Amino acid sequence: MTITKTRRDVLGNSALRPDGAAKVRGDFSFTSDLNAENMLWGATLRSPHAHARIISIDYSEAWKITGVETIITADDVPGLPTYGLISQDQPVFARDIVRYMGEPIAAVAADHPETCRRALAAIKVEYELLPVLSEPEDAISGTVPAIHPDGNLIRHQRIVAGDVSATGPIVVEGTYDIGMQDQAFLGTEAALGFPDHDGHGVEVHVATQWLHEDQKQMAACLGLPENRVRLVLGGVGGAFGAREDISLQVHTALLALRTKRPVKMQYGREESFFGHVHRHPAKVWMRHHADQNGKLIKIEARFVFDGGAYASTSSAVLINGVTHTQGPYVCHNAIVDGYAVRTNNPPCGAMRGFGVVQACFAHEGQMDKIAAAAGIDPVTVRLINAMKTGDTLITGQTVESVAPVERLIRETNEIPLPAPLPDVVDELHLPGGSGITSERKHIRRGIGWGVSIKNIMYSEGFDDYSTARCTLKDGAVTLKFATSEVGQGFVTLAPQIARSVLGVDDVVCDTIDTNIGSAGSTSASRQTWMSGGAVDGACRLVRERLFEHVGAKYGVDPIRLIIDDTDIVDTVGTLRVSVHEATQGVTISEEFEHHHRPTEDLDENGQGNCHVAFAFVAHRAVVDVDPELGLVKVVQIATTQDVGKALNPLSVLGQIEGGIAQGLGLAVMEEIIVENGRVRNPSFTDYLLPTALDAPVVVARLVEEPDPQAPLGAKGVGEPPCISVTPAIVAAIRDAIGKDIPRCPVRPQDICL
Amino acid sequence: MSSAEFYSLTVNGVEHQVADAWIGESLLYVLRERLGLPGAKGACEQGECGSCTVFVNGESVCSCLVMAASAVNCEIATVEGLNSDGTLTDVQEAFITEGAVQCGFCTPGLVMAVHHLLDQNHSPSELEVKEALSGNICRCTGYGRIFAAVDAVIASRNGVES
Amino acid sequence: MPVLLPTSLSEATQMLSDTPGATLLAGGTDLMVEVNFNHRKPNDVIALRHVPELSQWSLNKVAGTVFIGSAVPYKHMESGELAQLVPALAQAARTVGSPQIRAAGSIGGNLGTCSPAGDSLPVLSALDAIVHLASVNTTRDVPVSDFMVGPKRNSREQNEIILGVTLPIRNGRQGYAKVGVRNAMVISVASACFALQDGSPRIALGSVGPTVLRCPHAEQFLSQNLAADGSVSDDVAKEFGRLVSQESKPIDDHRSTAVYRRHAVGVLAQRLVQRGVQS
Repeated sequence: MTITKTRRDVLGNSALRPDGAAKVRGDFSFTSDLNAENMLWGATLRSPHAHARIISIDYSEAWKITGVETIITADDVPGLPTYGLISQDQPVFARDIVRYMGEPIAAVAADHPETCRRALAAIKVEYELLPVLSEPEDAISGTVPAIHPDGNLIRHQRIVAGDVSATGPIVVEGTYDIGMQDQAFLGTEAALGFPDHDGHGVEVHVATQWLHEDQKQMAACLGLPENRVRLVLGGVGGAFGAREDISLQVHTALLALRTKRPVKMQYGREESFFGHVHRHPAKVWMRHHADQNGKLIKIEARFVFDGGAYASTSSAVLINGVTHTQGPYVCHNAIVDGYAVRTNNPPCGAMRGFGVVQACFAHEGQMDKIAAAAGIDPVTVRLINAMKTGDTLITGQTVESVAPVERLIRETNEIPLPAPLPDVVDELHLPGGSGITSERKHIRRGIGWGVSIKNIMYSEGFDDYSTARCTLKDGAVTLKFATSEVGQGFVTLAPQIARSVLGVDDVVCDTIDTNIGSAGSTSASRQTWMSGGAVDGACRLVRERLFEHVGAKYGVDPIRLIIDDTDIVDTVGTLRVSVHEATQGVTISEEFEHHHRPTEDLDENGQGNCHVAFAFVAHRAVVDVDPELGLVKVVQIATTQDVGKALNPLSVLGQIEGGIAQGLGLAVMEEIIVENGRVRNPSFTDYLLPTALDAPVVVARLVEEPDPQAPLGAKGVGEPPCISVTPAIVAAIRDAIGKDIPRCPVRPQDICL
Repeated sequence: MSSAEFYSLTVNGVEHQVADAWIGESLLYVLRERLGLPGAKGACEQGECGSCTVFVNGESVCSCLVMAASAVNCEIATVEGLNSDGTLTDVQEAFITEGAVQCGFCTPGLVMAVHHLLDQNHSPSELEVKEALSGNICRCTGYGRIFAAVDAVIASRNGVES
Repeated sequence: MPVLLPTSLSEATQMLSDTPGATLLAGGTDLMVEVNFNHRKPNDVIALRHVPELSQWSLNKVAGTVFIGSAVPYKHMESGELAQLVPALAQAARTVGSPQIRAAGSIGGNLGTCSPAGDSLPVLSALDAIVHLASVNTTRDVPVSDFMVGPKRNSREQNEIILGVTLPIRNGRQGYAKVGVRNAMVISVASACFALQDGSPRIALGSVGPTVLRCPHAEQFLSQNLAADGSVSDDVAKEFGRLVSQESKPIDDHRSTAVYRRHAVGVLAQRLVQRGVQS
C-alpha cells in the first residue's frame, strides 16, 4: 500500500460540485427555468389586510379578460381545506376570514404573467376590517378575542430544573428583542404542475426542502391518494427553512388539474415575502444567578415567540428555544417559561437556527453581563462555565455528543486579531462605506464573543429517517434518494460516500423525487447525518453482496475482503481485483433506511431526552463603529466549529462563511418591519441583505472529534455558523460604544440616540 | 394585452425576432421566456440583486430594469454567450474549483459581473473587487469563496501560480 | 404602438408632442421597477437611449460651468474629468445603487422621479444647478429649486424632455455624504452636500424632507463664521450641524425615524464642513 494514486473524491476531500459546471454556465434548471408546451401561468390573489372578514368575492370582471383560463377559491379545494407541518390550521385559500396580510384568497391561471396580474386586479373582494392582534403579549393574556378556532396560544412549555430557590451574589437580568428575519433565498418560490391525463393525479416539479411532506399535505388537500401526487425536485435556489412549509404547491396542482394544462407558478420577490414563513421575532427575558467568580447557579427565563397567523412549526421552534436557554454552559437550576402565540402578523416557522438563534442572543448577552459583574473578561466567563460531554442539560438530558466547548473558545481566542485601522484608510473600510460618512478619527473598535449549542435533527419523539438506494453496475454506482439539494451540497457528498465505501469513481445521483422513501427535510442540520447515513448504509449493503459475489467467484471467504482504494483485496491472501473489473456484468442494488435513535417528549416540567445530538461553535467578532452616526462595519469574524469530521472541507467552509453572513445580517441590517400587521418592507430595496462590501474577513478553524453516534462521524454544519455570530457582533458593538443594546438587528438609532 | 410589440434583439451576436410581446416586458423576461435563454435569473425585479446581470453595449446592467423593446439596435451579451466554444471560461472554472457555487442562483450574474470587472481592470485591489461585486447578492456563500475565485483568476491571468 | 426610439433631440420632442402622455424612458432604473411591481402600465414609451444630446457632457471654461446631459450614466461621473470638475457629484454618483445601476441610471431619472432620496439631487441643489427642458422648437431653463416642487413632483410639462443640467465647476471645497444601513447599494436614510462656491457656503439635504432642502439659516451662520482661509472651528462646525438639524424636516418611515434622520443630517453637516480642511 505504498503507491499513492491520484486524488479521488472520497470522504474527507474537497470534492467539487457535480452541478457546478451547469450552474456557472447558466444552464442548470432552477424550477423557475422550467417550461412546458401549452403551459399556463398561475398567480395568487392575496389579502391586503392583516385581519378582515371576507364579505364577498366578485370575479366576474376577471373572467372577461382574454387569456384567463380559470379562477379558483376556497370552494374549489376538493380535499382538506387546510394544511400545516405540525397542525393543519392554515387554509389553502381563506374562506371567511383573512388572518394576515398576504393570505391567499384566490388563484388564477392565464396565458401570460401580465394577464394574471390584470385578472387579479379585476377580482373585487369586499372586506370588513377586524381588529388586528399584533402584540404577542395580548395573545398570551387572553384579553383579546381568539383570532383562530384553535385559540391564540399555540403552545406553552415550562422547564423546572434543580433548586428553583437557588441564587448567588451576582444576579443579572435583561430583556432581549430579536427581529423578524427573512430567509431571502434568491430563487423565489416556483413550481410547474402537470395534470395526469385521467384528471385524477398530478406531477409537480417544485423547489422544496421535503418532497414527501409536501406530497402528504398536497394529497390531503387535493383529495387524491398520495401515489397520485408525484413530486420531482426542481432546481432549488437556496432554502434556509423557508421551503419547509407549503406555499404554492397546492395552488399549482389545483390550477393544473382544473385547466388540464401544465401550470407554472413563480413568486416575485414581494410575493415571496408574503408567501413563506419567517424567523420568529421573539422577546426573551433572562435572569442569571452566579457565584462571585461568575459560575452559573441558576437561570430564570421567559420566551415569547410570535408565531403569526398560523402554527407552522412554532411549537417545535418554541421547544428549541426553551431547551437551549442555558447555552453551552453548565447550569443545574432553572425555571423557564416559553410561549408561542398566534397573532395577525406574518406566519413564522423554520429558519436556519430554528429557535436557538433567539435563545442564544439572550444567553450570550447575559454571559457578558455576568462577566462584567464578576470583573472577568468575556472569554473567562465562558471558559469557566463551558459544558463538556456528559454534562446534563436543564431538561435532564445528558449531553452524549462530543462537546468540545472549551477547546472551541480557546482556539478561537488564539486566532490573531485583525490589524488596527491605519491612520489613513480607504473609506470603503469604514462604516458607511462609499457614503463617506466618517473619517478614521470618528471610529471606535470593539470585540465581542458568542458561543452556542445547537441540537441537530428532529426532536420530541419524531421518528426521523432517511432512505437511499445504491445500485452498483459495471463498475458504476447510481444513488437514489429524495434528499432535497438546496445548495448545501448533498449531491457532492453522496457520491463521496459511495466512492469511499465501494471503491468506485463513477457515481451519479438519480433524479430526486418521490419514487423512493422519504429523506426527511433538508433542515435541522440533519442531511449529512441522516441521508448521509442512509447512503452509507445502502452502499455498505451493496458492498456486502459484492464481497459475497467476489468471494464466490474467487473462492475466498468474503469476510476477508476489504476495499482498498479502488480494489477489492483479500487481507490475508493475494487476491487483488479492481472493483471495476469485479462488477462487470453484475448488478447489485440495495435500499437502506437510516433512523436516528429515538427521542422523547418533554414532560410538564420540561424534563426528557428530547434531542438527538448537539453541535457547538464559538465566534469572536471585531467591529468598527461610528458611534455618532450609529453605523457599523464588521471587520473580522474568528470562529472555531465542532464538526465531528469534515467530510468535504470546502463545503464546510462554504457553510461557515455563508452562515456567518446571515448571522451578520440579523445583527445589523435584516428585519421585516411589521406595523399593526402590515409588512412595510417586502422588497430587496428595503429588506437589506449583506453585500460583498459588508462581508467580514472570516478566519475559521474546525475541531474534528468524530461523533461516535454519527454514521460518518460528522455533525451537521449548516446551522451553527449563523447562531452565535449574531450575539458576538452585537457584543462587539456594545464593547465599542459602552452601551447596552438589547435587540437585534442593531439599528443606527440604537447606537447613537 | 392592449399592445403587441414586434421587434428584434441581437443577443450573443444572433438576431432574434420577438413577436406579440407586451410593452412592459423586461429584457430579463424576454430573454428567459421568449428567447429560451434562462441563464439570467430574476430574484428581485428592481436591480437590487444582480442575478440578472447581462451586458448591453458592453455595459454590465440589470436586465430586469431594461425595457426589452428599447434594447433594439443594441449588442446584448448573456452568460450563454460565454461558452460558444463549449469550454468554460477561467472565471467559471475558478467559481467551481474555489467553491464559489452553492445554490447557484446568483452565479450566472456574478460570473458576468466578474468578467466585466476583469475586462476593465486587470489587477483590481481587494476593495475594487468588493465594490464591483457589491450589486450582486449571494445568500449562500457569504462571498468568501467568490473572492477566492476572483483572486485565483487574477493570479492566473497575471501569470502567478495560485 | 411600439416603443419609440428617437435618434435626435428634435425627433424626441416631436414624438412627445405627437404622443401626449407618453412615458419617457431613460436608464429604466426607476420606471421598470414600477412596471415590474405592477404599479405602472406603460402604453406609449419613448426610449431616450439613442438621443446623443442627452448622453453627452461638456465643459464651458469661460462660464466656469459644466453641462451634463440627462442620460449620462452615473458611472461616468464617478471618476475621470467630471469627477475633478464637480467632486461632490462624483461622490454622490458613487453611492447610487450598484455598479449595474450606475451604468444605466442618470440625473434625468433622479430629476424625473424627484424623490427626496435621489442621490444626485442634494448636489444639484447645493450648487444651484439649472435644469434645461426641451420641447418642440423651444427650451426652457429652470433653477433646480423651482424644478423640484414637492415629493415626487416636478415642474416638467408633459411635452418637455429633461435635456440636462448646468452646474458650476468647483471653486472651493465640496463634499457629499450619505447614511445608509449597509456599506453599499442602499437607499439614503439621510444625505447632505456641502459646497463652498464663490466663497459662499451651501448645504443641501436629502431624505429629510418632502423634497431636497437647503438650509438658509445654517448657510448664513456659516458665511458669517468662516475663517479667512475658509476653515471652520470645531465650535462653529458643531453649531452649523445643530442649525442644519433644526432646518431639516424628516419623517418616520420604514427606513428610519425622524429623530435619527434629524440627528444624522446634523452630524453629516458638521463633518462635511470640516472635511478636507486641516484642523
